[in-house]
Amino acid sequence: MTDDTALQRVKFYQTGTRTVGNRLLTEDDRTVQASMGRSNAITSGHRACQGCGEALGARYALDAAMRAADGRLVAVNATGCLEVFTTPFPETSWQIPWLHSVFGNAPAVATGVAAGLRMRGKTDVRVVAQGGDGGTTDIGFGCLSGMFERNDDVLYICYDNEAYMNTGVQRSSATPPTARTATTPALGDAPGNVFGTGKNMPRIAMAHNIPYVATASVSDLHDLEAKVTRAMGICGARYIHVFVPCPLGWGSASENTVLIARLAVECGLFPLFEAEHGDVVSVGKIRRRVPVDDYLRLQRRFAHLFRKGAEDRQRIEAIQRMADANITRYGLVDAEDDQ
Amino acid sequence: MMKQIEGSQGIAEAVALCRPQVVCAYPITPQTHIVEGVGAMVKAGALQHCEFINVESEFAALSVAIGASAVGARAYTATASQGLLFMAEAVYNAAGLGLPIVMTVGNRAIGAPINIWNDHSDSMALKDAGWIQLYAETNQEAADLHIQAFRLAEELSCPVMVCVDGFILTHAFERIEIPTQPQVDAYLPPFAPVQQLDVDNPYSIGAMVGPEAFTEVRYLGHQKQIEALDVIPRIAAEFEAAFGRASGGLVRPYRVEGAETVVVALGSVNGTIKDVIDAVRDAGAAIGSITISSFRPFPLAELHGLLAGAARVVCVEKSLAPGLGGVLASNVRMALRGMAVPVYTVIAGLGGRPITRASLADVFHLAADDKLDDVTFLDLNHAVIAQQLALADRDRHSGPIAENLLKALNPGLVRAKPQDERPKP
Ligand SMILES: Cc1ncc(C[n+]2csc(CCOP(=O)(O)OP(=O)(O)O)c2C)c(N)n1
Ligand code: SF4
Ligand SMILES: [Mg+2]
Repeated sequence: MTDDTALQRVKFYQTGTRTVGNRLLTEDDRTVQASMGRSNAITSGHRACQGCGEALGARYALDAAMRAADGRLVAVNATGCLEVFTTPFPETSWQIPWLHSVFGNAPAVATGVAAGLRMRGKTDVRVVAQGGDGGTTDIGFGCLSGMFERNDDVLYICYDNEAYMNTGVQRSSATPPTARTATTPALGDAPGNVFGTGKNMPRIAMAHNIPYVATASVSDLHDLEAKVTRAMGICGARYIHVFVPCPLGWGSASENTVLIARLAVECGLFPLFEAEHGDVVSVGKIRRRVPVDDYLRLQRRFAHLFRKGAEDRQRIEAIQRMADANITRYGLVDAEDDQ
Repeated sequence: MMKQIEGSQGIAEAVALCRPQVVCAYPITPQTHIVEGVGAMVKAGALQHCEFINVESEFAALSVAIGASAVGARAYTATASQGLLFMAEAVYNAAGLGLPIVMTVGNRAIGAPINIWNDHSDSMALKDAGWIQLYAETNQEAADLHIQAFRLAEELSCPVMVCVDGFILTHAFERIEIPTQPQVDAYLPPFAPVQQLDVDNPYSIGAMVGPEAFTEVRYLGHQKQIEALDVIPRIAAEFEAAFGRASGGLVRPYRVEGAETVVVALGSVNGTIKDVIDAVRDAGAAIGSITISSFRPFPLAELHGLLAGAARVVCVEKSLAPGLGGVLASNVRMALRGMAVPVYTVIAGLGGRPITRASLADVFHLAADDKLDDVTFLDLNHAVIAQQLALADRDRHSGPIAENLLKALNPGLVRAKPQDERPKP
């Protein structure tokens, strides 16, 4: 770490919501990000859009991983927004050793990094691999499954913004039903993405029986840091799937990134949980349940569901049923709290 | 120690002597025995400080090697055919990043039609990916080239592909001299990377480069190959001094003095070519040959010098550039700039078709009289082709070509469907 980054002034990220602010917590309980000792793994000056959830998530995740690894961390990156907005040469936001190879091979490259480090006796250095939803659930899926299956000592973090953002917002297998993307336009009888498709990567990761799988959201950065920290305390293949709104791709206001992420959790569409060796071991309870409408309305990618005088209640209800199913499946709402 | 072993085992033992630290394996014939051999040595403890990783695809195999190499570990993998194409994106990437990975290609045809036998379509498809490409002529050379390849790769920070004819070399049992560990250790110093992911000196590798420097990056990749034209003969000479036998280098001429016809080829077919040359030389023909050991970098100057007195060149090549002819011939023509020397292409051995001495003698004879076509397909079955063309003319729905050809070759093996049973188009 260079001197100027160590001296960089601590900024507090304003959450503007019902979360407990860092300042009310004891030093030890504050976020890694709130500490003077944070590593600035991705330092300021990068080119992400204003309000980019991926930039926020990656920054918190990597600084937490850096603290857990005592600063001995190597990061591998798939092609995608994170890779592009943190570079190009000669500029780089990465304060840690960082490698980008191609789009679909980050998990395999990370396997190689981990093996190479072991063979060179650098057993204290840890490895994080990261990619967007497209790089993870589609093109890198084979390599990721291989890395999981071999239980390689890699923490893989997926930043899920539910589409191929870097190439201009195309559908991926993480794009939700009805969402408008450049390849699922809001046209025709059933505008946007169709129902009944897509894959649930955290559950697929769990099916590999790897030691640790978690979902996290930039709406709860404390929780994200805690999960990264837990993951870093474990050896073997670990997977964290982080929900990261993309103002550009979702057609949302940049100041709403954290709010939208919170609404996704509170409506049940994005369940927060942890799993060990294939079994769910903890869930993030919903404190204040909201209808999916609240979440959907803030995003232009769902605007066709809310046309004036022609609200598409049928499809909104179908999305509500998906949220309800998650709430039931993971027990996200305690019976007495259910409103 | 002299051993009577399979070519693949010889390669595996040579690779192990190079002390690789990460070896990735994915099965594909005819390369599989090589990684199996290395894997067995790791498992038995004969090869220590090496991680042998069974991956889920060739794309992963080379990607794992990329990651390992980027932290300064010596990395090796092997593949062939469909596997090489499956990892193509990573092949370019490894070269672009300047990672000195060594990879064996057990040369095999590419489908469709799927075919497991030898030709050079696979490595030729990736000849311009930025890797150094060496072609082995014998099993001894196949083993030796791997030891040289690690030296070369690490000295230049450039990946090296060692191309070994599938089955013909990989599966043949021959006498191979396997050097001792101290010998190899003395020849191949530990890997000292020029770049590595290091927590004590962090930097980014593989970030985007725009038009302002991309050409320069590529130029330096080209320069590295040009530099290899000096390094390859040097390390081959050092190899000869250390191990007592000649292997590798850029080119190997055979009886080219006074030769009017010079045959040029890559790989194991040179053995057959030399036999034919011996026979027809004795009968009075002025013919010689050149084995190209390094196809990338391409030894333009050496060929230019060796072919200066030739009246014609015949390239015997195991790959086809459809719509053009021969890849090797096009490259050889570059070496003949300013010389009015015809270069004939003989496409031979595709999909494992045997290249016989008799057939080679025939084309060399035609060449000597300048009666050879520009592009000749050795032992092409004209009758079967005529049959297929006639069928296609008669019937719009003539069906899969490959099946038709095999039916024509095996009349009576498959009962022909009566006309009215055929599905209507
Ligand atoms: C093999 C290959 N195919 C396609 C691309 C083009 N490409 C680069 S980034 C990208 C989108 C990345 O989407 P995602 O992984 O979801 O990350 P995001 O940009 O959304 O963060 C695509 C399609 C590529 N670089 N390589
Ligand atoms: S397009 Fe989306 S993911 Fe990419 S930088 Fe902008 S906000 Fe972030
Ligand atoms: Mg995405």
